[in-house]
Amino acid sequence: MPVPPVPLDQLIACPCCDALHHATVLGETERAACVRCGTLLVTPRTRSFLHVIALAFTAMILMVGAVFFPFLTISAKGLSHASSVFEAAMAFSEGILAPLSLAVLLVIVAMPTLRFAALIYTLWPLANGRPAWRHAARAFRLAEELQPWSMAEIFIIGTAVALVKVAGLASVSLGPAFWAFCALIIVTALKNAFMSKWTIWRAIEQS
Amino acid sequence: MARDRTILSAPETVLTARDAGLTGCTRCGRVWPEGTQTCGRCGARLHPVSTAGLQRVWAWWLAGLIFYIPANLYPMLRTATLGSSQQNTILGGVVELVAHHNYLVAGVVFVASIVIPIAKFFAIAYLALSVGHERRAGSHPHLRLYEVVEFIGRWSMIDVFVVAILSALVQLGAVASIHPGPAAASFALSVAFTMLSAQSFDPRLIWRGPAQAKDP
Ligand SMILES: [Zn+2]
Ligand SMILES: [Zn+2]
Repeated sequence: MPVPPVPLDQLIACPCCDALHHATVLGETERAACVRCGTLLVTPRTRSFLHVIALAFTAMILMVGAVFFPFLTISAKGLSHASSVFEAAMAFSEGILAPLSLAVLLVIVAMPTLRFAALIYTLWPLANGRPAWRHAARAFRLAEELQPWSMAEIFIIGTAVALVKVAGLASVSLGPAFWAFCALIIVTALKNAFMSKWTIWRAIEQS
Repeated sequence: MARDRTILSAPETVLTARDAGLTGCTRCGRVWPEGTQTCGRCGARLHPVSTAGLQRVWAWWLAGLIFYIPANLYPMLRTATLGSSQQNTILGGVVELVAHHNYLVAGVVFVASIVIPIAKFFAIAYLALSVGHERRAGSHPHLRLYEVVEFIGRWSMIDVFVVAILSALVQLGAVASIHPGPAAASFALSVAFTMLSAQSFDPRLIWRGPAQAKDP
């Protein structure tokens, strides 16, 4: 079949099904999905950049609170023990399970934080209409690769299950870090909803 | 959403980048002439739609399966309460939750640690085996299955986090203490390997046949 008579940078190949689309500039509130498989391809530009930056900043602040404030406190028969998120991750630090504790710390704290930072680095100049900073493409690629490995929301569900399991054994009180983590999950979900990979890649290329 | 409007051109017959003699970047969607090695926009390696990547899918799949076996045989948790001590495997933990009538939480753990991992092994194997054998091109159910597998795989980590939180929290000396068992590590590895297996699968393979008129 012939190559469509349009410049290549105005075409999008759907990452999921390889269908070719001819992209035109979108209005403020418009988005576009793949005609074949429905994958979201384009969302509005400036608005979404500012939203993503604001949400990523909020998420980073919440992460600081989530790590340093007390997470859960347990008490039974006069004894009590408080645990922070950091201590929860370090639970595996004895013996052969030590690498696992590092991995837990990576997926619930380090990877989400790095991802927020990379997004802000990429989008900050673009949202202000300036050329992208150096290595913006690399930073955004990192943010994309980290997405499936950021597991803060799964950690909170794990906490809920753990609370039920200890309920018979002792009483547990929730610390401010627990609520910071819950807020973090909502903020992250909102941020993902505002992001369009293609729009950001195109902005990096054109800047 | 009602206000959404597709402004992408939607011709009667969907043309793929491959049909047009082009290579699409799977990371950023940019289109390049066939034979281009690296994407000039995002720096990703461009690879044409081919079944060569399936070897990596199977390698990670097998690694995940191998680690899933000890994850179920060895204890996840060692609980010590006032002199008595007990060890729980993944399934043992679910049984205990049911015994305490926590059916909802038992269900969550059962689905996350047993149903999802096993279903995922079958789903990835099915997707990888059915490449090139579709009766018609553009198999929507296969794509749905792939999306579900990609989305849901990470949630199996719940039980690892439960063990981490319990071991950190329940440290009350002689009254009660909980320690992680070796199954936690092999289970975490199994989940990570199956995630890598799903990521290695190129969803464009699902649509590899000739493009047809779009589905209604
Ligand atoms: Zn598509
Ligand atoms: Zn690219």
